Amino acid sequence: MVSISISVQDTAFDAGAMLNDFSNENSQVGAVISFTGLVRDTPDNDLDRMVIEHYPGMTERALQTIADEAAQRWDLAAVLVIHRFGDLHVGEQIMMVATASRHRTAGFEAAEFLMDYLKSRAPFWKKEFTKSGAEWVDAKDADEAALGRWSAD
Amino acid sequence: MMNVLYFAWVRERIGVPKETVETQAETVADLVEELRGREERYAAAFADLSALRVAIDQELSEFDSPLKGAREVAFFPPMTGG
Repeated sequence: MVSISISVQDTAFDAGAMLNDFSNENSQVGAVISFTGLVRDTPDNDLDRMVIEHYPGMTERALQTIADEAAQRWDLAAVLVIHRFGDLHVGEQIMMVATASRHRTAGFEAAEFLMDYLKSRAPFWKKEFTKSGAEWVDAKDADEAALGRWSAD
Repeated sequence: MMNVLYFAWVRERIGVPKETVETQAETVADLVEELRGREERYAAAFADLSALRVAIDQELSEFDSPLKGAREVAFFPPMTGG
């Protein structure tokens, strides 16, 4: 039974502390992989803040579905997904995923799969506020294309 | 009665996050046609369906998906999480 933990929250989190807890809970497993996403500045370095909107209810369901799929495809002991919404500033932690597995390959692949899917299939939308105004971030074709590698086989 | 939700720029363009709609639409596309006919702000939001995604009862769906039994339909741009 894979332990799946999902949190959608507007409060900040401590990725280091979350990772330590996750590692301690899965200390018998062998490999813990984690990814933390930070708020990136604009090319002009003028990001005042980012606001992330989401679809309460669907977001949690979508993340659960993605995590369940990862747990089916790879030999995992645990999956952790944290994603924030609301106001964020440059350098703040937006989200993290972590996997615990017997072997590192499964953990790395599952973490990449989780990232690829939650970018394009979990209902979050980013809006950037800069000196020149506010704009919704456009989805990238490359993000959609990245999903293709998981369905090739 | 159906709850219709809008997110991100779709919400901004239409001006409300959520509304209840009385509709007999059989598919999402039919519902979009009805909404487009209401007011200019809907026509503007639904001008280019390739720029939009739809969820029925919180599951990603297609514009030709049937609405039979649906309680909640949401329209939004492609997602930008992560």
